[in-house]
Amino acid sequence: MSENYPQLTIDQVQEGAPIPSLSYDVTATTVVLGALASRDFRPMHHDRDFAQVRNGVKDIFLNTPNQAAWFERFLTDWTGPKGRLGRIRFRMKDSVYPGETMTFSGKVDQVSTDETGCAWVDLSVNLAVGERAVTDCTARIAVPTDDADNPWQRKADRWKP
Amino acid sequence: MADEHGTELPEKVQGWVGKERYHEDGEFPVERGYIWTTCSSVENGNPIFWDDELAETITDGPIAMPTMISLWFRPHLWAPGRTKQAQPLQVHFDLKETLDLPEAIMSDNTIVFGEPVRPGDRLKTCQILHSVSDVKTTKLGTGRFWDIEVRYANQRDEFVGAEHYTGFGYKRPE
Repeated sequence: MSENYPQLTIDQVQEGAPIPSLSYDVTATTVVLGALASRDFRPMHHDRDFAQVRNGVKDIFLNTPNQAAWFERFLTDWTGPKGRLGRIRFRMKDSVYPGETMTFSGKVDQVSTDETGCAWVDLSVNLAVGERAVTDCTARIAVPTDDADNPWQRKADRWKP
Repeated sequence: MADEHGTELPEKVQGWVGKERYHEDGEFPVERGYIWTTCSSVENGNPIFWDDELAETITDGPIAMPTMISLWFRPHLWAPGRTKQAQPLQVHFDLKETLDLPEAIMSDNTIVFGEPVRPGDRLKTCQILHSVSDVKTTKLGTGRFWDIEVRYANQRDEFVGAEHYTGFGYKRPE
């Protein structure tokens, strides 16, 4: 396995600790690529006139499935490739538009081990543009207990997300 | 029974609650082009999606980003013989139409992930309406909230994921 990627283990995770934030300058291409990559052909994600007239917003905006993909990338940037998402919940309050810088930040809420021995980290994650909160998210991700453990090898009854 | 607005939930809609509907197979097998395009769209350099040797070690071979789960059921915008545009999450659109609520938003989305989805998988799905609220008025308008679950399985009937949506269908104030 490459040494160039993070390989977080549960002993390195502390409740209450923040995880490294991620900022990204959003362009129209970001929005359109994200929508088409997720096969979301609805016009408010590629047609500014439609977004303004029909949705009453200032521009095209990032779609929901692509936001989910951004949350996943943000979390696994931190855990490394053995981090395995179990559950993610998000509530959208606002939108992200081209020309804005979006920032993901997160904090560890809880560290636990289930009855199968799987180590879990529960986090609160936020997507914001400046001071404007856009999406609130909670996520549950499995992290190896040690270098030999690998949550991806858990199947059926040994995977309880 | 009528709610405070005197509006009963139509019997047809009551009959949908708790029932598995729209059992469907995906229109195409899971394929790597979409996986790479999605990773690229969010600049996700996680090597399990890019390095086959490493993927073999960690995930027993290539997999899709878990959060791509709904992508495999988003219908083609056009297909031969199709006279009406197919909609993902058809239960949501059924509710809008039957309850005569022209606008709708999704406020909450929860995704639970099961077995990894792999290139070549043929996924299947079904949709379950869990609840519909009484008529409510919010700053958006007057309408109803509903909870929908979408379940996903692979060709071996293994659970690969489920999504829970809370939607609000409404009419804008006049």
